[in-house]
Amino acid sequence: MNWRRAALASAAAAPVIALLAWGMTRDPKEIVSPLPGRNAPEFSLGVFAPGEPPLARKVGDTIALASMRGKIVVFNFWASWCLECRVEHKDLSFVAQQNASKSVQFVGVLYNDVPSAGLEWIGKMGGQAYPSVLDQGARTAIDYGLYGVPETFVIDASGRVAYKHTGPIPAALLQSKIDSLLAAPAVQSPASR
Amino acid sequence: MIALVTVVVAATLALASPQAVTPPAVSAIVVPTQRSTADSILEARTTEVAKGLRCPICQGLSIQDSPSEISQQMRALVKEQLRAGKSPDDVRAYFVSKYSEWILLAPEAKGFNLVAYLAPALLFLGGLGTIALVVRRWTAAGESTVAQGAVAADAGQSTQPD
Repeated sequence: MNWRRAALASAAAAPVIALLAWGMTRDPKEIVSPLPGRNAPEFSLGVFAPGEPPLARKVGDTIALASMRGKIVVFNFWASWCLECRVEHKDLSFVAQQNASKSVQFVGVLYNDVPSAGLEWIGKMGGQAYPSVLDQGARTAIDYGLYGVPETFVIDASGRVAYKHTGPIPAALLQSKIDSLLAAPAVQSPASR
Repeated sequence: MIALVTVVVAATLALASPQAVTPPAVSAIVVPTQRSTADSILEARTTEVAKGLRCPICQGLSIQDSPSEISQQMRALVKEQLRAGKSPDDVRAYFVSKYSEWILLAPEAKGFNLVAYLAPALLFLGGLGTIALVVRRWTAAGESTVAQGAVAADAGQSTQPD
C-alpha cells in the first residue's frame, strides 16, 4: 500500500467530509432570527378585532409598541388561512387571561388576510381574549422578519425582543418566558433606549 | 358629396380648434418623459435588488421571481426604500437586519462564506491537477512499456542464432 498517497487523499478529503458533517448537524428549516436581543421594531396598527374584557380594545383604536413601554408584549402573527394557528389559539387566549392582571399585553396581528375573514375565524374558534390589529401590506411582518405564520415575539419591558417562536407556541413555554421576564429586573430604562 | 362636405367641415373645425393650432406646452412633453425615465431606472434598480433577495416562503426563488404575496410586498418595500433615496446596499442591509444573511441568495464574500466562493475553484484546480498527474503517469508508463518492449525485442534479436 502506498501510505504517502493514502495520507494525501485523506488530507484532501477531510475538509470536505468535515464540511458535509457540519452541514448534517444543521436544520435547513431553522433560520436563526437576528431580532432577539435587539430593540423590537416599532409599530402602530389599527385594531380590527376587539378581544374580550378585561383585555378588550375598541375597534379602530391604534396600538403602538411605544405606548406599551414598561409592559411585556406578546406579539403574535396569525391568519385565518393558517392551520397551525388553530393549534395555538386556545393556548394564547388562556395565557393572556391568566396574565390579565399582570403587566403583560397580548396583541394579535392579522397577516396577509382580510379583517372579515379574521373576525369569522375568531368567531369559529370561540373568541380571542386579546385584541388583534391589521398589518396593511405586511410592513410590520417584514419589519419583524416574518417567515410565515404563526410566529410569536415576546418583547420585554424595555422594548427588546426577548424571544421569538416559530410555529404554534405551547402555553407552558409562553408562560415560562413571561414568568422569567416578570422575575427579571428591568434591563434598560425606557429613556435609555 | 355628403362625405366630402363632412371632411371639409371636420378639417375646418380642427384648424379652428385652439388645441389643434397651439403646440403642446414644453413641460407637458418633458415632464412625463423625465418621469418615465426615472421610473424605468427605479424599476431596474428594484429588479436588481429584488433578484438578490430570497423569498421567505419559497424554495430558492428570489422575491423578483416569486409570485407569492409576501414577495410582492417585499419587492414593493424595496422600491419604496430606493425611491426614498436609500442605496441598494442600504436596502439589502435592511433585509439582512430583519431576516439575517439567509435572505441573500448569494452570501456576502467574507469570512466563512468565502468557502462557498473558493471551494469550487479549488476543487476544479485540484481535479485538473489530479488528471494532469494521472495522464503524465499513464504516458510515462506507456513510454517505459514501449521502451521495455523495444529492449526486449532487441535482446531477442541478439540472442537469435545466426
